[in-house]
Amino acid sequence: MGASPGGGRVTRIILIAAALGFLGLFLFVPLAVVFAQAFEKGIGWYLAAIRHPESLAALRLTLLVVAITVPVNTIFGVAAAWAIARFRFPGRKLLLSMIDLPFTASPVVAGLVFVLLLGARSPLGAWLSAHDIKIIYALPGIVVATMFVTFPFVARELIPVLQEQGRDEEEAAIALGANGWQMFFRVVLPNLRWGLLYGIILLNARAMGEFGAVSVVSGHIRGKTNTLPLHVEILYNEYNFAGAFAVASVLTLLALLTIVARKVVERFADQGAAPAAATGAATQGAGSAVSRPDGGASEQRGGSGINGDREGRS
Amino acid sequence: MRQSILPGFGPSLGFTVFYLSLLVLLPLSGLFLKTAGMGWERFWETVVSPRALASYRLSFGAALSAGLINVVMGLLVAWVLVRYRFPGRRIIDAMVDLPFALPTAVAGIALTSAYASSGILGRPLQALGIRAAFSPLGVTIALTFIGLPFVVRAVQPVLEELDKEVEEAALTLGASRWQTFRRVILPALMPALLTGFALSVARALGEYGSVVFISGNMPMKTEITPLLIMTKLEQYDYAGATALAAVMLVFSFALLVAINFFQQWEHRRGAAA
Repeated sequence: MGASPGGGRVTRIILIAAALGFLGLFLFVPLAVVFAQAFEKGIGWYLAAIRHPESLAALRLTLLVVAITVPVNTIFGVAAAWAIARFRFPGRKLLLSMIDLPFTASPVVAGLVFVLLLGARSPLGAWLSAHDIKIIYALPGIVVATMFVTFPFVARELIPVLQEQGRDEEEAAIALGANGWQMFFRVVLPNLRWGLLYGIILLNARAMGEFGAVSVVSGHIRGKTNTLPLHVEILYNEYNFAGAFAVASVLTLLALLTIVARKVVERFADQGAAPAAATGAATQGAGSAVSRPDGGASEQRGGSGINGDREGRS
Repeated sequence: MRQSILPGFGPSLGFTVFYLSLLVLLPLSGLFLKTAGMGWERFWETVVSPRALASYRLSFGAALSAGLINVVMGLLVAWVLVRYRFPGRRIIDAMVDLPFALPTAVAGIALTSAYASSGILGRPLQALGIRAAFSPLGVTIALTFIGLPFVVRAVQPVLEELDKEVEEAALTLGASRWQTFRRVILPALMPALLTGFALSVARALGEYGSVVFISGNMPMKTEITPLLIMTKLEQYDYAGATALAAVMLVFSFALLVAINFFQQWEHRRGAAA
């Protein structure tokens, strides 16, 4: 019996094999299936499926939804994080819980509430349709549902970052005579940039891939209110499996790109925040300390302890 | 708490509350108003109808089983990723996030294709007499996929921070590896495990996209509650859909409270250590 905490060699091999086996069955096989099915009928067929006008229309709609949702929710996320991380006020905890709600609410319920509020049967919906404004079963409905599902991502990413950073630099800026916007653009935003980018990446991925909520409000009008995920569903339900998987493979590539982008951002953030730390020998290349001269690895750790404590008590 | 000299409290809070009211409070209150308007008897009739009850059983049963699978396997994956070095570890670590990044509809058709009786994993299972896709098992498989990152990502940082000296002390004092794991490591991981479990169950209960393809959607048998809501909507039974949605929302709130509780417990642990 070896005394190393990690366990003996045999245990180690068994545990690694079990973990990889599990991930294989649940992650890697489905991933491989997407590409295998997409290319089942050959590359020519694959390209044709992707270049199909309906696929392109779905892609355009998805990009449009993302282009509206991501900036709006990013602004919301920054504002919410600033208010929650920097100030104490009554109802703060409640606000934080409200922000988490989309994480636990069903996307179908999210779609449903907007159908109830803005659909043709509601008073508001009746007024809107009397004025010829289409929301449900049209682009605005899809955007609103996507916004609902994705609004926590940036705020949730930024709140801990702000809390860890502490407010000293910001207070110094104000004390030295900077106005609010100067402080925001010169101090807050540069300090937040990796956390912000990280949040935007997650927000973007979810906005592109949202299915349940959008499915309720879109009305599935081909070439008009079909986003890429909805288009995948339609093709699949028509037994056009190769087509469905071809479009799905585009979304899968975007997901893989998201994961890579996330890792890259994580690495940059580590480099900036802890240039002296012994973790990740590979990241200790030349110029690692350039991005953040404040180099507060130890200071940051101290800060996180205090904040963790404060968070626990509040 | 000392008053901050930092600016922007009014505008940032104002915008946050305004945006949330428009996007969340107004629609949600609409939902509860609609529920209140339908009358208690009708509401009750809808939410305890046999078809609804069957859907709760499946949704909760599958979400809880998937959560349990993820607690065990997620802990194992986190352990292997944190404690062992092997080729491809970084890539596998990154890939754990795939269920977060992959659109649920894509996950749904991929899992269905893999686990259908003609699929690469479904065929061997079929040979063993196990029907994976288009059965409650299929629902559990999809929900396991969806919830997989939650436990791993909750446990990983705690495991990394865990003081190896305590473990080594336990081992030196004559505890077996299993005893060390059960008495020293597991208690320290408990809050993180529960957080991960609650998050994955919460997500699984509401999940729609990945399940609709693999479940087969047979009423009373493989119909999850979100799908039943969808079906009622398609039949223009708005009241019925709303009643079920209200029930689901209540559970969402309850899970949110539970998750907050577990996370605070974890924070207290972290602060005490």
